[in-house]
Amino acid sequence: MDQQTVARVAALARLDLHDAQKKMLETQLTDIIGFVEQLSEINTDNITPLSSVVDSELPLRKDEVTDGQKKEDVLANNPEENEDFYVVTKIIE
Amino acid sequence: MTDLTHLTIADALKSLTAKEITATELTQAHIDKPDIYNAYITKTSEQALEQAKESDARYQNGTAKALDGIPLGIKDLFCTKGVRTTAASKILENFVPPYESTVTQKLLESGSVFLGKTNLDEFGMGSSNTNSAYGKVINPWRSSTTPNIEYVPGGSSGGSATIVASGLAMGATGTDTGGSIRQPAGFCGIVGIKPTYGRCSRYGVIAYASSLDQAGVFARTVEDSALLLHAIAGHDPKDSTSATQPLPDFTKSLTGDIRGLKVGIPKEYRLKDMPEEIQKIWDQGAEWLKSAGAEIIDISLPHTKSALAAYYIIAPAEASSNLARYDGVRYGLRVEGKDLDDTYAKTRGAGFGDEVKRRIMTGTYVLSAGYYDAYYKKAQKVRRLIRDDFVSAYEQCDVILTPTSPSGAFPIGEKEDDPIKMYLNDVFTVPINIAGLPGISVPAGLDTKGLPLGLQLIGKAWDEETLFRTADIIEKAADFKGLTLNIRQAA
Repeated sequence: MDQQTVARVAALARLDLHDAQKKMLETQLTDIIGFVEQLSEINTDNITPLSSVVDSELPLRKDEVTDGQKKEDVLANNPEENEDFYVVTKIIE
Repeated sequence: MTDLTHLTIADALKSLTAKEITATELTQAHIDKPDIYNAYITKTSEQALEQAKESDARYQNGTAKALDGIPLGIKDLFCTKGVRTTAASKILENFVPPYESTVTQKLLESGSVFLGKTNLDEFGMGSSNTNSAYGKVINPWRSSTTPNIEYVPGGSSGGSATIVASGLAMGATGTDTGGSIRQPAGFCGIVGIKPTYGRCSRYGVIAYASSLDQAGVFARTVEDSALLLHAIAGHDPKDSTSATQPLPDFTKSLTGDIRGLKVGIPKEYRLKDMPEEIQKIWDQGAEWLKSAGAEIIDISLPHTKSALAAYYIIAPAEASSNLARYDGVRYGLRVEGKDLDDTYAKTRGAGFGDEVKRRIMTGTYVLSAGYYDAYYKKAQKVRRLIRDDFVSAYEQCDVILTPTSPSGAFPIGEKEDDPIKMYLNDVFTVPINIAGLPGISVPAGLDTKGLPLGLQLIGKAWDEETLFRTADIIEKAADFKGLTLNIRQAA
């Protein structure tokens, strides 16, 4: 883990970090990755990855509208409202 | 007159039904107690008194429900309609959910009263409740040997554990991704249960690591925890991982009879540098169960050591994906940048605390191009090995007994600068989430500092009943005196 890697990962994660934070993360991520590296010692040949402990298949439901008319709810926490739209910084020049 | 804040839920329900007390009196008594531990982020006293009034009306006209008039605290990770829900993060400082989580909806339908939203480690990430944008929580227990030192209540559900331990509420909800209910329950001398993954709906619970997150409860007795869990559990079509398993009446499982029960003691939990007092309380727990007629069996869970490493890949990976939604566009904090990408980065940089950033960074790294197989996929393979360990162990035993944590509560500030040291706190609780099993922590005694120690029981999937039945035996044998011991009170 070096400064460049920290900067690259922070960019991927869209996290604005101060220099002090970057420096601290460089050390701490090195420790954390070093710690989880111990898994490489375990033989996992022919083992299927387990992504969920739920044994049953995910249930299917009919694709139908079950609610609606919730415009006010949806927009209730809008940080910047303008005539029922979300407003963001200009994207297209 | 009995102190209303010292009642158990079961006794309070009897007194309410007998009309010896009113829900309003009960609620007011809890509201009047000052929160000197910073356990609440938001108090909802007015709403609580209104709920209590409605509850009293139901007791009057004979329509009272299962938990009518019982004052509870809600971990501020459960969305509550019209009541600010922060996840202890600055990024959700002003977030008011337009919907109710299924767990809290069920509690409302059971007639219970909500006193407020409790403090936690931001987004559930932590074992000390020092990672909160709303200040750290102080463990209500005062050490008998170091009375001037403030201890952590554990985390992430530190606020919920604290209000129950100190008599600020009769019970509380929590969530547990790697120990966040059981570890604080142990540190605060109360009962905390994380049921089987899928037992409770995750709908409306702010997500940390979705394949590990599970809701549960805190109470001062095993019976109370059974009452509360019964109220929040059950199938919910709004959560595709919520199970359709039948929901037993958990209070009926407290039979007091564990004759012939096979209790497994996993040798891998016997850590080399574990304090003697932890080993002692663990041996004591096994002895109590043996005296009650259980058979103690030595078992092996060979991949225990790897569980923590697998957890610190899987949980941050899922967190980095779950927390991608906080971008400042539709809700929550927004810090304007020079373009949209810059707005995202500035918002997230300003809104997330250090531990959350650390886990997002770890998760993003292990999922990034070239590392996915080496870390994430590897961890998922190890996850299967850990699950299989439990499956084999349960061919020999019915329930597993371990300490809840490798130590009692530690002073606030300790382990802060060393994430790995902090993570090691969860070494006994994390494997249970990895395997999706139910686990309960029961107070068993005090450490040399006079702080509580918990014992953990781990059950087979969907067998919370055996957990309650066994925990009840430990509770009776330990005869643990919580509220009447060394609890910090307002001056």
